[in-house]
Amino acid sequence: MNSSALIHAIIDGVLTGSVYALMATGLTLVFGVMDIINLAQGILVILGAYLSYTLSVHFGVDLFVGLIFTIPTLFVVGVVIERLFVARLKGPERTAMSILVTYAISLVIEGILNEVYSINQVQLQAWYVNRSFLIFGIYLPYIYLLGFILAAVLLGSLYFMLYRTRFGASIRASLSDQTAAALVGIDTKRVATICFGIGVAVTAAGGMIYGATNAFNASTSYDLISRLLTIIVLGGMGSLGGALVAGILMVMIGDVVAVVWSPIWSSMSFFVVLVIVLSLRPQGLFGKQSARVA
Amino acid sequence: MKQTPWWVLAIVVFTLFPLVVTNPFWTTIAIFTLIYMGCATSWNMFSGYSGYVSLGTAIFYGCGAYTMALISIHSHMPGGAEQFLLVPVGGLVSMVIAVPLGAVALRVRRHTFVVITIAFFFVFQLAAINANFTGGPAGLSLQLIGWQGNSYNTPFYYVALAILVFAVVLSALVRRSRFGLQLLAIRDDEDRALGLGVKVKAVKLTGYTLSAFTVGMMGALYAMFLGQIYPQFVFDPVFDVTVALMAFLGGFGTLLGPLVGGLILESSQQWLTATYSNGSLYLILFGALFLVVVLFMPQGIVVKVKDMWMKRSLKASDDSSIPTPATVTGGAK
Repeated sequence: MNSSALIHAIIDGVLTGSVYALMATGLTLVFGVMDIINLAQGILVILGAYLSYTLSVHFGVDLFVGLIFTIPTLFVVGVVIERLFVARLKGPERTAMSILVTYAISLVIEGILNEVYSINQVQLQAWYVNRSFLIFGIYLPYIYLLGFILAAVLLGSLYFMLYRTRFGASIRASLSDQTAAALVGIDTKRVATICFGIGVAVTAAGGMIYGATNAFNASTSYDLISRLLTIIVLGGMGSLGGALVAGILMVMIGDVVAVVWSPIWSSMSFFVVLVIVLSLRPQGLFGKQSARVA
Repeated sequence: MKQTPWWVLAIVVFTLFPLVVTNPFWTTIAIFTLIYMGCATSWNMFSGYSGYVSLGTAIFYGCGAYTMALISIHSHMPGGAEQFLLVPVGGLVSMVIAVPLGAVALRVRRHTFVVITIAFFFVFQLAAINANFTGGPAGLSLQLIGWQGNSYNTPFYYVALAILVFAVVLSALVRRSRFGLQLLAIRDDEDRALGLGVKVKAVKLTGYTLSAFTVGMMGALYAMFLGQIYPQFVFDPVFDVTVALMAFLGGFGTLLGPLVGGLILESSQQWLTATYSNGSLYLILFGALFLVVVLFMPQGIVVKVKDMWMKRSLKASDDSSIPTPATVTGGAK
């Protein structure tokens, strides 16, 4: 084991982890505001990646320019899913039902993606994917840095919207207490729809970076969604800051284990950390103490 | 006229099935259907009654399958009927594994529990793929069983049926017991149940462990039936969701629900995959059907049909048997 590999692990953790954090933030936002677990988040990331793929291969649009098109598209997809399916769920088993409904949605999308793009793995290509720069004695493709900047900008604007605008205030109100938010005159249904839209829209950016740094096909979504879910649980479900920290932590732990021990166990290490953390702190790192669940 | 109970009819039909239908194509589908019906019933016995949705059922299925494979390989057991003795062993091993898993996972409330079970599931899947004793991604091959022709499936069918009956009886007993009531109380309001003196932790853990038993047995039977197991198929994320879906489709928390859901879903799934090789088209159909069911009959088929039946019979008897307010007041004058 050498120190440059460790430095690499930490840099990769911050750079790649921020992208995971972005995707997980969408998930945790939806859970916090609506009590909905969106299992389709994984396949929507892949959908975002495939949209970027189509734009760049068939229309020659640059990956980052393509986001101008893909982010609004996925926002609309999210709003449609929420209006058509998720909003209909009511009653005490709502959260459990949401898992099933979003899983069904993800199966349909997976089937469609398999039909359209075949099951062969692809990867997004651009000059910054193939070229690297030297940092701390390690060569790193530019896409990692660009992806980090993109994730940071998007997370920054999301946080700005949440903490500095009136609409953000109503989202945070719904996050902390839906009934109370409705009582003070917040249109919680509208907030829920837009939140779902935002939660899905971030997958366009996340998917583009993911697709540029990994080879993917529709079934990659299973690996993705399990990682995203563990991130939001580790961070504390509904906690935005928790998703950020846990996302970076996850990639970093995986990389360090790969260096120190063996790459075989790196993907497992994060799950083990999750189990240890949860046995000490059941609400997750930054979660609120779970209140009465009626 | 006294009606025959549904379960007598069901047992008769299921017992006679392989005598009437001998084509291995259909009996294989039937065996898988029984396996899934049993797993769904067992899943429902904990998750359906307590409201703690587990998406890590495949852990027990896989552990059962590996128990069967490892013991029969290392003890050089000849392939044949003796292997059936290992089926309950598979169930017991799964139960033992369920205890520490449950002890950790059940520390958290429902929504987080779902995710932890998923995390556990991936730990087991990765371990099975990467460890040496499991044979890695290449899996394990069991001894060949010398049974010939169309009768090869028959013993497996009846063992699967026996395990299924066991699962249903266990689920019914739990449902009617004090223990079952405690599980239901946890589903309705855990804090209230705790306040009223239910030992929620012990009850949840017992339920979780019990439900692992049947799933483990079914996993062991699966390994023996196929004679070859691969980590990605015995620890399959789709299995986790399918089992839960069957229970929801039929009726979450009801005794009959997972049976109906499993029967419909697994038989159609097996038939579709055997008939159409196009997997993605099947995914779209399956997902769409699933959406329709969840959105239009969220309580499940069993409850929905019962409701409709009740309404119909109420309507039919409306004019005669039930006295309307008018006739009652009329009579009093």
